[in-house]
Amino acid sequence: MGTKGKEKIITVLFWFSALIIIAILVGIIGYIVVKGISAISWDFITQPPSRAGKEGGISTTIIGTIYLTLVAMILAVPFGVGAALYLEEYGRKNTRFGYALKLTAETLAGIPSIVYGLFGFVFFVIFLNMGWSILSGGLTLAIMILPTITRTAQEAVIAVPQEYRSNSFALGATKWYTIKRLILPAAAPGIVTGIILSIGRAVGESAAVILTAGSSLGMPLNITDPARTMAVHLYILAMEGISMERAFGTALLIIVLIVIINYLANLSLRKLARQ
Amino acid sequence: MKRNKINERLVEILLRVSASASVLAIIIITFFIFYKGIPLLAKVGIIDFLFNLNWNPTKGSFGIGAMVIGSLAVTLSSLIWSVPLGIMTAILMAEIAPPKFSGILSRLVELLAGIPSVVYGFFGLIVIVPMIRNYLGGVGLSVLAGAIVLGIMILPTIINISRDAINAVPEEYKVNSLALGATHYQSISRVILPAARSGIITAIVLGLGRAIGETMAVLMVTGNSAVIPDSLLSPVRTMTSNIVLEMGYAAGDHQAALFATGTVLFVFIVILNLAVSISMKAGTEDGN
Repeated sequence: MGTKGKEKIITVLFWFSALIIIAILVGIIGYIVVKGISAISWDFITQPPSRAGKEGGISTTIIGTIYLTLVAMILAVPFGVGAALYLEEYGRKNTRFGYALKLTAETLAGIPSIVYGLFGFVFFVIFLNMGWSILSGGLTLAIMILPTITRTAQEAVIAVPQEYRSNSFALGATKWYTIKRLILPAAAPGIVTGIILSIGRAVGESAAVILTAGSSLGMPLNITDPARTMAVHLYILAMEGISMERAFGTALLIIVLIVIINYLANLSLRKLARQ
Repeated sequence: MKRNKINERLVEILLRVSASASVLAIIIITFFIFYKGIPLLAKVGIIDFLFNLNWNPTKGSFGIGAMVIGSLAVTLSSLIWSVPLGIMTAILMAEIAPPKFSGILSRLVELLAGIPSVVYGFFGLIVIVPMIRNYLGGVGLSVLAGAIVLGIMILPTIINISRDAINAVPEEYKVNSLALGATHYQSISRVILPAARSGIITAIVLGLGRAIGETMAVLMVTGNSAVIPDSLLSPVRTMTSNIVLEMGYAAGDHQAALFATGTVLFVFIVILNLAVSISMKAGTEDGN
Protein backbone atom coordinates (compact mmCIF):
# COMPACT_ATOMS: atom_id res chain seq x y z
CA MET A 1 0.00 0.00 0.00
CA GLY A 2 1.35 3.44 -0.86
CA THR A 3 1.90 6.32 1.57
CA LYS A 4 -1.33 7.91 0.34
CA GLY A 5 -3.43 4.87 1.23
CA LYS A 6 -1.85 4.61 4.66
CA GLU A 7 -2.47 8.26 5.35
CA LYS A 8 -6.12 7.84 4.43
CA ILE A 9 -6.48 5.07 7.00
CA ILE A 10 -4.75 7.21 9.66
CA THR A 11 -7.11 10.11 8.92
CA VAL A 12 -10.11 7.84 9.37
CA LEU A 13 -8.68 6.65 12.70
CA PHE A 14 -8.27 10.22 13.95
CA TRP A 15 -11.83 11.13 13.04
CA PHE A 16 -12.97 7.93 14.69
CA SER A 17 -11.48 9.11 17.99
CA ALA A 18 -13.62 12.27 17.85
CA LEU A 19 -16.61 10.10 17.07
CA ILE A 20 -15.99 8.06 20.24
CA ILE A 21 -15.82 11.22 22.38
CA ILE A 22 -19.08 12.52 20.90
CA ALA A 23 -20.73 9.10 21.32
CA ILE A 24 -19.72 8.96 25.00
CA LEU A 25 -21.15 12.40 25.73
CA VAL A 26 -24.35 11.92 23.75
CA GLY A 27 -24.75 8.42 25.21
CA ILE A 28 -24.49 9.55 28.84
CA ILE A 29 -26.61 12.67 28.53
CA GLY A 30 -29.15 11.04 26.19
CA TYR A 31 -29.60 8.01 28.44
CA ILE A 32 -30.17 10.11 31.56
CA VAL A 33 -32.57 12.45 29.75
CA VAL A 34 -34.63 9.56 28.36
CA LYS A 35 -34.76 7.67 31.65
CA GLY A 36 -35.12 10.71 33.88
CA ILE A 37 -37.70 12.81 32.09
CA SER A 38 -40.66 10.81 33.42
CA ALA A 39 -39.55 11.38 37.02
CA ILE A 40 -39.56 15.16 36.66
CA SER A 41 -42.69 16.97 37.71
CA TRP A 42 -43.64 20.12 39.56
CA ASP A 43 -44.06 18.05 42.74
CA PHE A 44 -40.65 16.41 42.29
CA ILE A 45 -39.03 19.86 42.40
CA THR A 46 -41.20 21.48 45.07
CA GLN A 47 -42.00 18.66 47.53
CA PRO A 48 -39.64 17.52 50.29
CA PRO A 49 -38.49 13.89 50.24
CA SER A 50 -40.24 11.40 52.49
CA ARG A 51 -39.30 7.88 53.63
CA ALA A 52 -35.56 8.57 53.11
CA GLY A 53 -36.19 9.71 49.53
CA LYS A 54 -38.27 6.71 48.45
CA GLU A 55 -41.24 9.03 48.06
CA GLY A 56 -41.86 12.71 47.61
CA GLY A 57 -39.65 15.13 45.73
CA ILE A 58 -36.16 16.52 46.24
CA SER A 59 -36.90 20.15 47.22
CA THR A 60 -34.74 20.16 50.35
CA THR A 61 -31.72 18.91 48.40
CA ILE A 62 -32.23 21.62 45.75
CA ILE A 63 -32.32 24.26 48.49
CA GLY A 64 -29.30 22.62 50.15
CA THR A 65 -27.35 22.76 46.88
CA ILE A 66 -28.18 26.42 46.23
CA TYR A 67 -27.52 27.45 49.83
CA LEU A 68 -24.15 25.70 49.98
CA THR A 69 -23.04 27.03 46.58
CA LEU A 70 -24.09 30.56 47.54
CA VAL A 71 -22.12 30.48 50.80
CA ALA A 72 -19.06 29.11 48.99
CA MET A 73 -19.27 31.84 46.33
CA ILE A 74 -19.73 34.67 48.83
CA LEU A 75 -16.59 33.51 50.59
CA ALA A 76 -14.45 32.66 47.58
CA VAL A 77 -15.22 35.40 45.04
CA PRO A 78 -13.86 38.42 46.98
CA PHE A 79 -10.72 36.55 47.99
CA GLY A 80 -10.15 35.14 44.52
CA VAL A 81 -10.69 38.42 42.67
CA GLY A 82 -8.74 40.32 45.32
CA ALA A 83 -5.82 37.93 44.98
CA ALA A 84 -5.87 38.30 41.19
CA LEU A 85 -5.87 42.12 41.44
CA TYR A 86 -3.04 42.10 43.94
CA LEU A 87 -0.91 39.75 41.85
CA GLU A 88 -1.43 41.57 38.56
CA GLU A 89 -1.75 45.21 39.61
CA TYR A 90 0.25 45.58 42.83
CA GLY A 91 2.75 42.75 43.09
CA ARG A 92 5.98 43.28 41.23
CA LYS A 93 6.37 40.67 38.52
CA ASN A 94 8.48 37.58 39.16
CA THR A 95 8.81 38.02 42.90
CA ARG A 96 9.17 35.05 45.18
CA PHE A 97 5.77 35.81 46.73
CA GLY A 98 4.19 35.73 43.27
CA TYR A 99 5.84 32.43 42.41
CA ALA A 100 4.86 30.93 45.78
CA LEU A 101 1.26 31.99 45.16
CA LYS A 102 1.28 30.45 41.70
CA LEU A 103 2.62 27.17 43.05
CA THR A 104 0.06 27.17 45.88
CA ALA A 105 -2.79 27.81 43.48
CA GLU A 106 -1.64 24.94 41.25
CA THR A 107 -1.23 22.65 44.24
CA LEU A 108 -4.65 23.57 45.65
CA ALA A 109 -6.20 22.86 42.26
CA GLY A 110 -4.68 19.38 42.15
CA ILE A 111 -5.68 18.15 45.61
CA PRO A 112 -8.43 15.52 45.31
CA SER A 113 -11.82 16.46 46.70
CA ILE A 114 -11.75 13.62 49.21
CA VAL A 115 -8.68 15.20 50.86
CA TYR A 116 -10.57 18.51 51.06
CA GLY A 117 -13.40 16.56 52.64
CA LEU A 118 -11.09 15.06 55.27
CA PHE A 119 -9.60 18.47 55.98
CA GLY A 120 -12.99 20.17 56.22
CA PHE A 121 -14.20 17.43 58.53
CA VAL A 122 -11.30 17.66 60.97
CA PHE A 123 -10.87 21.45 60.79
CA PHE A 124 -14.32 23.03 60.36
CA VAL A 125 -16.62 20.26 61.62
CA ILE A 126 -14.58 19.13 64.62
CA PHE A 127 -11.78 21.57 65.50
CA LEU A 128 -13.83 24.76 65.00
CA ASN A 129 -16.90 22.92 66.24
CA MET A 130 -19.15 23.98 63.35
CA GLY A 131 -20.60 20.49 63.05
CA TRP A 132 -21.93 19.10 59.77
CA SER A 133 -23.38 22.28 58.39
CA ILE A 134 -23.85 24.58 55.41
CA LEU A 135 -21.08 26.72 56.92
CA SER A 136 -18.52 23.88 57.16
CA GLY A 137 -19.41 22.66 53.66
CA GLY A 138 -19.40 26.19 52.22
CA LEU A 139 -15.99 27.00 53.70
CA THR A 140 -14.52 23.74 52.37
CA LEU A 141 -15.99 24.34 48.91
CA ALA A 142 -14.75 27.94 48.96
CA ILE A 143 -11.15 26.75 49.41
CA MET A 144 -11.65 24.21 46.62
CA ILE A 145 -12.83 26.78 44.08
CA LEU A 146 -10.49 29.58 45.10
CA PRO A 147 -7.78 28.57 42.56
CA THR A 148 -10.25 28.56 39.64
CA ILE A 149 -11.59 31.98 40.51
CA THR A 150 -8.12 33.46 41.09
CA ARG A 151 -6.69 32.08 37.86
CA THR A 152 -9.57 33.12 35.60
CA ALA A 153 -9.70 36.58 37.21
CA GLN A 154 -5.93 36.92 36.71
CA GLU A 155 -6.24 36.06 33.02
CA ALA A 156 -9.07 38.56 32.65
CA VAL A 157 -7.09 41.33 34.35
CA ILE A 158 -3.95 40.64 32.28
CA ALA A 159 -6.04 40.93 29.11
CA VAL A 160 -7.03 44.54 29.90
CA PRO A 161 -4.93 46.75 27.56
CA GLN A 162 -2.02 48.56 29.22
CA GLU A 163 -3.19 51.96 27.84
CA TYR A 164 -6.19 51.89 30.16
CA ARG A 165 -3.79 52.15 33.07
CA SER A 166 -1.33 54.66 31.63
CA ASN A 167 -4.09 56.97 30.35
CA SER A 168 -5.90 56.86 33.65
CA PHE A 169 -2.73 57.55 35.66
CA ALA A 170 -1.84 60.37 33.27
CA LEU A 171 -5.19 61.97 34.06
CA GLY A 172 -4.26 61.89 37.72
CA ALA A 173 -6.44 58.98 38.82
CA THR A 174 -5.24 56.85 41.71
CA LYS A 175 -4.49 53.16 41.36
CA TRP A 176 -7.63 51.97 43.16
CA TYR A 177 -9.83 54.40 41.21
CA THR A 178 -8.35 53.04 37.98
CA ILE A 179 -8.98 49.46 39.05
CA LYS A 180 -12.51 50.18 40.21
CA ARG A 181 -13.62 52.25 37.23
CA LEU A 182 -11.63 50.82 34.33
CA ILE A 183 -9.96 47.50 34.98
CA LEU A 184 -12.72 45.66 36.82
CA PRO A 185 -15.46 46.60 34.31
CA ALA A 186 -13.24 45.57 31.39
CA ALA A 187 -12.29 42.29 33.06
CA ALA A 188 -15.82 41.53 34.26
CA PRO A 189 -16.83 38.99 31.57
CA GLY A 190 -13.69 36.93 32.24
CA ILE A 191 -14.21 37.08 35.99
CA VAL A 192 -17.85 36.09 35.56
CA THR A 193 -16.82 33.09 33.43
CA GLY A 194 -14.60 31.89 36.26
CA ILE A 195 -17.38 32.35 38.77
CA ILE A 196 -19.87 30.44 36.61
CA LEU A 197 -17.44 27.54 36.13
CA SER A 198 -16.86 27.43 39.90
CA ILE A 199 -20.61 27.28 40.48
CA GLY A 200 -20.65 24.19 38.26
CA ARG A 201 -17.92 22.60 40.33
CA ALA A 202 -19.67 23.43 43.62
CA VAL A 203 -23.01 22.08 42.39
CA GLY A 204 -21.51 18.76 41.34
CA GLU A 205 -19.16 18.19 44.26
CA SER A 206 -20.01 15.24 46.48
CA ALA A 207 -17.04 13.63 48.23
CA ALA A 208 -16.03 16.80 50.07
CA VAL A 209 -19.62 17.81 50.80
CA ILE A 210 -20.76 14.53 52.31
CA LEU A 211 -17.97 14.75 54.92
CA THR A 212 -18.56 18.41 55.81
CA ALA A 213 -22.25 19.25 55.28
CA GLY A 214 -23.57 15.82 56.15
CA SER A 215 -26.51 14.11 54.47
CA SER A 216 -29.53 15.25 56.49
CA LEU A 217 -32.72 15.43 54.47
CA GLY A 218 -34.23 18.23 56.57
CA MET A 219 -34.76 21.69 55.15
CA PRO A 220 -31.65 23.77 55.90
CA LEU A 221 -32.70 27.12 57.33
CA ASN A 222 -29.75 28.34 59.35
CA ILE A 223 -26.20 28.38 58.13
CA THR A 224 -25.40 26.01 61.00
CA ASP A 225 -27.91 23.38 59.79
CA PRO A 226 -26.67 20.24 58.07
CA ALA A 227 -27.81 19.68 54.49
CA ARG A 228 -27.86 17.14 51.71
CA THR A 229 -27.03 18.37 48.20
CA MET A 230 -28.53 16.94 45.01
CA ALA A 231 -25.24 15.21 44.16
CA VAL A 232 -25.08 13.53 47.57
CA HIS A 233 -28.76 12.62 47.29
CA LEU A 234 -28.16 10.96 43.92
CA TYR A 235 -25.28 8.98 45.41
CA ILE A 236 -27.37 7.75 48.34
CA LEU A 237 -30.46 6.97 46.25
CA ALA A 238 -28.41 4.92 43.78
CA MET A 239 -26.03 3.18 46.17
CA GLU A 240 -28.64 2.18 48.69
CA GLY A 241 -31.11 1.28 45.95
CA ILE A 242 -33.75 3.54 47.52
CA SER A 243 -35.46 4.71 44.34
CA MET A 244 -33.96 4.42 40.87
CA GLU A 245 -36.74 6.54 39.37
CA ARG A 246 -35.89 9.42 41.71
CA ALA A 247 -32.18 8.86 41.16
CA PHE A 248 -32.71 9.33 37.41
CA GLY A 249 -34.78 12.44 38.04
CA THR A 250 -32.09 13.90 40.30
CA ALA A 251 -29.32 13.04 37.80
CA LEU A 252 -31.32 14.72 35.03
CA LEU A 253 -31.80 17.91 37.06
CA ILE A 254 -28.05 18.01 37.83
CA ILE A 255 -27.23 17.56 34.12
CA VAL A 256 -29.68 20.31 33.12
CA LEU A 257 -28.04 22.64 35.64
CA ILE A 258 -24.55 21.81 34.36
CA VAL A 259 -25.57 22.33 30.72
CA ILE A 260 -27.09 25.73 31.57
CA ILE A 261 -23.99 26.70 33.57
CA ASN A 262 -21.73 25.70 30.68
CA TYR A 263 -23.84 27.65 28.22
CA LEU A 264 -23.71 30.78 30.39
CA ALA A 265 -19.94 30.46 30.81
CA ASN A 266 -19.54 30.27 27.03
CA LEU A 267 -21.83 33.22 26.53
CA SER A 268 -19.78 35.34 28.88
CA LEU A 269 -16.53 34.18 27.23
CA ARG A 270 -17.84 35.23 23.83
CA LYS A 271 -18.74 38.62 25.25
CA LEU A 272 -15.11 38.90 26.36
CA ALA A 273 -13.86 37.92 22.91
CA ARG A 274 -16.00 40.63 21.26
CA GLN A 275 -14.47 43.40 23.36
CA MET B 1 -5.76 64.23 49.53
CA LYS B 2 -4.30 62.66 52.63
CA ARG B 3 -7.45 60.59 53.15
CA ASN B 4 -7.11 59.39 49.60
CA LYS B 5 -3.62 58.12 50.29
CA ILE B 6 -4.76 56.24 53.37
CA ASN B 7 -7.56 54.67 51.34
CA GLU B 8 -5.14 53.55 48.66
CA ARG B 9 -2.88 51.98 51.22
CA LEU B 10 -5.82 50.24 52.91
CA VAL B 11 -7.00 48.73 49.63
CA GLU B 12 -3.52 47.44 48.89
CA ILE B 13 -3.34 45.78 52.29
CA LEU B 14 -6.78 44.20 51.85
CA LEU B 15 -5.84 42.83 48.44
CA ARG B 16 -2.57 41.51 49.82
CA VAL B 17 -4.51 39.73 52.55
CA SER B 18 -6.79 38.07 50.00
CA ALA B 19 -3.77 37.01 47.99
CA SER B 20 -2.34 35.39 51.09
CA ALA B 21 -5.56 33.47 51.78
CA SER B 22 -4.66 30.59 49.50
CA VAL B 23 -1.20 30.31 51.05
CA LEU B 24 -2.77 30.28 54.49
CA ALA B 25 -5.27 27.65 53.33
CA ILE B 26 -2.59 25.30 52.09
CA ILE B 27 -0.61 25.68 55.32
CA ILE B 28 -3.64 24.85 57.46
CA ILE B 29 -4.66 21.96 55.20
CA THR B 30 -1.17 20.46 55.29
CA PHE B 31 -0.94 20.90 59.04
CA PHE B 32 -4.27 19.25 59.84
CA ILE B 33 -3.94 16.40 57.35
CA PHE B 34 -0.48 15.59 58.79
CA TYR B 35 -1.55 16.14 62.39
CA LYS B 36 -4.34 13.58 62.04
CA GLY B 37 -2.44 11.11 59.87
CA ILE B 38 1.21 11.09 60.96
CA PRO B 39 0.80 9.62 64.50
CA LEU B 40 -0.77 6.44 63.18
CA LEU B 41 1.73 6.22 60.32
CA ALA B 42 4.52 6.47 62.91
CA LYS B 43 2.89 3.85 65.13
CA VAL B 44 2.25 1.29 62.37
CA GLY B 45 5.30 2.19 60.29
CA ILE B 46 4.93 3.65 56.81
CA ILE B 47 6.16 0.49 55.05
CA ASP B 48 3.77 -1.75 56.93
CA PHE B 49 0.89 0.69 56.42
CA LEU B 50 1.41 0.85 52.66
CA PHE B 51 2.26 -2.77 51.89
CA ASN B 52 0.53 -4.89 54.52
CA LEU B 53 -2.44 -6.52 52.81
CA ASN B 54 -4.46 -7.05 55.95
CA TRP B 55 -6.98 -4.26 56.56
CA ASN B 56 -8.81 -5.13 59.75
CA PRO B 57 -9.02 -1.82 61.58
CA THR B 58 -11.33 -2.93 64.37
CA LYS B 59 -8.81 -5.63 65.29
CA GLY B 60 -5.80 -3.35 65.15
CA SER B 61 -4.47 -4.33 61.73
CA PHE B 62 -3.95 -1.29 59.52
CA GLY B 63 -2.49 -2.30 56.16
CA ILE B 64 -3.84 -0.51 53.10
CA GLY B 65 -1.80 -2.64 50.64
CA ALA B 66 -4.91 -4.09 49.01
CA MET B 67 -6.36 -0.60 48.52
CA VAL B 68 -3.08 0.73 47.11
CA ILE B 69 -3.13 -2.10 44.58
CA GLY B 70 -6.82 -1.38 43.94
CA SER B 71 -6.17 2.30 43.22
CA LEU B 72 -3.23 1.50 40.96
CA ALA B 73 -5.15 -1.22 39.08
CA VAL B 74 -8.12 1.03 38.33
CA THR B 75 -5.98 4.09 37.53
CA LEU B 76 -3.51 2.33 35.23
CA SER B 77 -6.22 0.46 33.34
CA SER B 78 -8.10 3.72 32.82
CA LEU B 79 -4.96 5.38 31.40
CA ILE B 80 -4.35 2.51 28.96
CA TRP B 81 -7.33 3.48 26.84
CA SER B 82 -7.94 7.13 27.65
CA VAL B 83 -4.37 8.34 26.97
CA PRO B 84 -4.20 7.15 23.32
CA LEU B 85 -7.78 8.25 22.65
CA GLY B 86 -7.19 11.64 24.30
CA ILE B 87 -3.94 12.33 22.45
CA MET B 88 -5.45 11.31 19.11
CA THR B 89 -8.38 13.66 19.71
CA ALA B 90 -5.97 16.44 20.64
CA ILE B 91 -3.99 15.93 17.42
CA LEU B 92 -7.21 15.91 15.41
CA MET B 93 -8.33 19.17 17.00
CA ALA B 94 -4.99 20.93 16.67
CA GLU B 95 -3.76 19.71 13.28
CA ILE B 96 -6.37 17.95 11.19
CA ALA B 97 -9.94 19.08 11.72
CA PRO B 98 -11.22 22.43 10.43
CA PRO B 99 -11.18 25.07 13.22
CA LYS B 100 -14.96 25.24 13.30
CA PHE B 101 -15.26 21.53 14.06
CA SER B 102 -12.46 21.75 16.64
CA GLY B 103 -14.35 24.58 18.32
CA ILE B 104 -17.50 22.51 18.62
CA LEU B 105 -15.56 19.47 19.83
CA SER B 106 -13.79 21.61 22.39
CA ARG B 107 -17.13 22.77 23.81
CA LEU B 108 -18.30 19.16 24.04
CA VAL B 109 -15.10 18.26 25.90
CA GLU B 110 -15.78 21.14 28.32
CA LEU B 111 -19.23 19.73 28.95
CA LEU B 112 -17.67 16.31 29.57
CA ALA B 113 -15.40 17.97 32.14
CA GLY B 114 -18.37 19.66 33.78
CA ILE B 115 -20.44 16.54 34.43
CA PRO B 116 -20.12 15.73 38.16
CA SER B 117 -18.48 12.51 39.28
CA VAL B 118 -21.66 11.13 40.90
CA VAL B 119 -23.42 11.36 37.57
CA TYR B 120 -20.61 9.36 35.94
CA GLY B 121 -20.77 6.89 38.81
CA PHE B 122 -24.53 6.59 38.44
CA PHE B 123 -24.28 6.03 34.68
CA GLY B 124 -21.57 3.42 35.30
CA LEU B 125 -23.68 1.65 37.89
CA ILE B 126 -26.81 1.60 35.75
CA VAL B 127 -25.35 0.97 32.29
CA ILE B 128 -21.71 -0.19 32.33
CA VAL B 129 -21.87 -2.57 35.31
CA PRO B 130 -24.85 -4.58 33.97
CA MET B 131 -23.23 -4.70 30.52
CA ILE B 132 -20.06 -6.19 31.98
CA ARG B 133 -22.10 -8.65 34.04
CA ASN B 134 -24.14 -9.79 31.04
CA TYR B 135 -21.47 -9.96 28.37
CA LEU B 136 -18.23 -10.67 30.23
CA GLY B 137 -19.38 -12.40 33.42
CA GLY B 138 -18.69 -11.77 37.08
CA VAL B 139 -20.73 -9.40 39.20
CA GLY B 140 -20.08 -6.42 36.93
CA LEU B 141 -18.81 -4.23 39.76
CA SER B 142 -15.15 -4.45 38.80
CA VAL B 143 -11.76 -2.97 37.95
CA LEU B 144 -12.96 -2.79 34.36
CA ALA B 145 -16.07 -0.77 35.23
CA GLY B 146 -13.88 1.62 37.25
CA ALA B 147 -11.38 1.87 34.39
CA ILE B 148 -14.10 2.73 31.87
CA VAL B 149 -15.73 5.39 34.06
CA LEU B 150 -12.44 6.93 35.22
CA GLY B 151 -11.04 6.94 31.69
CA ILE B 152 -14.02 9.00 30.50
CA MET B 153 -13.56 11.39 33.41
CA ILE B 154 -9.88 12.12 32.72
CA LEU B 155 -10.29 12.46 28.94
CA PRO B 156 -10.89 16.25 29.17
CA THR B 157 -7.67 16.77 31.18
CA ILE B 158 -5.64 14.77 28.67
CA ILE B 159 -7.25 16.32 25.59
CA ASN B 160 -7.04 19.95 26.75
CA ILE B 161 -3.45 19.92 27.98
CA SER B 162 -2.12 17.90 25.01
CA ARG B 163 -3.94 20.16 22.55
CA ASP B 164 -2.44 23.26 24.15
CA ALA B 165 1.00 21.64 23.96
CA ILE B 166 0.56 20.79 20.27
CA ASN B 167 -0.77 24.27 19.48
CA ALA B 168 2.27 25.79 21.19
CA VAL B 169 4.70 24.14 18.76
CA PRO B 170 6.07 26.96 16.55
CA GLU B 171 4.50 27.08 13.10
CA GLU B 172 7.96 27.10 11.42
CA TYR B 173 8.65 23.56 12.61
CA LYS B 174 5.74 22.32 10.60
CA VAL B 175 6.36 24.56 7.60
CA ASN B 176 10.01 23.54 7.41
CA SER B 177 9.19 19.89 7.72
CA LEU B 178 6.59 20.12 4.95
CA ALA B 179 9.02 22.10 2.80
CA LEU B 180 11.55 19.29 3.13
CA GLY B 181 9.01 17.01 1.52
CA ALA B 182 7.54 15.31 4.60
CA THR B 183 3.86 14.44 4.46
CA HIS B 184 1.43 15.94 6.95
CA TYR B 185 1.46 12.81 9.13
CA GLN B 186 5.23 12.47 8.95
CA SER B 187 5.45 16.05 10.23
CA ILE B 188 3.04 15.25 13.03
CA SER B 189 4.79 12.10 14.19
CA ARG B 190 8.42 13.16 13.63
CA VAL B 191 8.34 16.88 14.34
CA ILE B 192 5.23 18.12 16.14
CA LEU B 193 4.73 15.33 18.66
CA PRO B 194 8.40 15.23 19.76
CA ALA B 195 8.32 19.02 20.19
CA ALA B 196 5.11 18.80 22.26
CA ARG B 197 6.41 15.84 24.27
CA SER B 198 6.80 17.54 27.64
CA GLY B 199 3.28 19.02 27.47
CA ILE B 200 1.81 15.64 26.58
CA ILE B 201 3.65 14.02 29.48
CA THR B 202 2.24 16.74 31.75
CA ALA B 203 -1.24 15.88 30.47
CA ILE B 204 -0.76 12.20 31.31
CA VAL B 205 0.68 12.94 34.77
CA LEU B 206 -2.15 15.31 35.67
CA GLY B 207 -4.68 12.79 34.34
CA LEU B 208 -3.09 10.15 36.55
CA GLY B 209 -3.28 12.45 39.57
CA ARG B 210 -6.91 13.16 38.90
CA ALA B 211 -7.69 9.43 38.44
CA ILE B 212 -6.00 8.31 41.63
CA GLY B 213 -7.80 10.95 43.68
CA GLU B 214 -11.24 10.41 42.18
CA THR B 215 -13.68 9.01 44.70
CA MET B 216 -17.42 8.87 44.19
CA ALA B 217 -17.55 7.54 40.63
CA VAL B 218 -15.08 4.77 41.41
CA LEU B 219 -16.82 3.95 44.67
CA MET B 220 -20.11 3.43 42.83
CA VAL B 221 -18.85 0.96 40.22
CA THR B 222 -15.99 -1.11 41.65
CA GLY B 223 -17.77 -3.24 44.24
CA ASN B 224 -15.44 -2.25 47.06
CA SER B 225 -14.25 -5.60 48.38
CA ALA B 226 -10.84 -5.13 49.96
CA VAL B 227 -9.21 -8.02 48.10
CA ILE B 228 -6.36 -8.21 45.62
CA PRO B 229 -7.93 -8.18 42.15
CA ASP B 230 -6.94 -11.21 40.06
CA SER B 231 -8.54 -10.03 36.83
CA LEU B 232 -10.19 -7.02 35.25
CA LEU B 233 -13.52 -8.49 36.29
CA SER B 234 -12.76 -8.71 40.03
CA PRO B 235 -14.27 -6.21 42.38
CA VAL B 236 -11.77 -3.94 44.07
CA ARG B 237 -11.58 -1.22 46.73
CA THR B 238 -9.54 1.94 46.21
CA MET B 239 -7.91 4.13 48.88
CA THR B 240 -10.39 6.94 48.27
CA SER B 241 -13.45 4.68 48.38
CA ASN B 242 -12.23 3.23 51.66
CA ILE B 243 -12.19 6.70 53.24
CA VAL B 244 -15.79 7.52 52.29
CA LEU B 245 -17.13 4.05 53.09
CA GLU B 246 -15.70 3.91 56.61
CA MET B 247 -15.50 7.54 57.72
CA GLY B 248 -19.12 7.49 58.85
CA TYR B 249 -18.57 5.03 61.68
CA ALA B 250 -14.80 4.95 62.25
CA ALA B 251 -13.40 6.08 65.60
CA GLY B 252 -10.03 6.16 67.36
CA ASP B 253 -7.16 4.47 65.51
CA HIS B 254 -9.52 3.34 62.77
CA GLN B 255 -10.39 6.96 61.98
CA ALA B 256 -6.72 7.90 62.25
CA ALA B 257 -5.91 5.20 59.67
CA LEU B 258 -8.38 6.76 57.24
CA PHE B 259 -6.72 10.13 57.76
CA ALA B 260 -3.34 8.46 57.25
CA THR B 261 -4.67 7.19 53.90
CA GLY B 262 -5.59 10.79 53.11
CA THR B 263 -2.09 11.90 54.10
CA VAL B 264 -0.55 9.37 51.71
CA LEU B 265 -2.81 10.55 48.86
CA PHE B 266 -2.14 14.20 49.66
CA VAL B 267 1.65 13.79 49.69
CA PHE B 268 1.58 11.73 46.49
CA ILE B 269 -0.56 14.25 44.59
CA VAL B 270 1.35 17.30 45.84
CA ILE B 271 4.67 15.75 44.78
CA LEU B 272 3.18 14.89 41.38
CA ASN B 273 1.89 18.44 40.88
CA LEU B 274 5.04 20.16 42.12
CA ALA B 275 7.14 17.96 39.83
CA VAL B 276 4.98 19.03 36.91
CA SER B 277 5.03 22.76 37.71
CA ILE B 278 8.76 22.83 38.43
CA SER B 279 9.66 20.84 35.32
CA MET B 280 7.43 23.12 33.24
CA LYS B 281 9.19 26.14 34.66
CA ALA B 282 12.56 24.56 33.86
CA GLY B 283 11.24 23.78 30.38
CA THR B 284 10.34 27.40 29.64
CA GLU B 285 13.71 28.60 30.93
CA ASP B 286 15.52 26.19 28.61
CA GLY B 287 13.60 27.81 25.81
CA ASN B 288 11.81 24.61 24.86
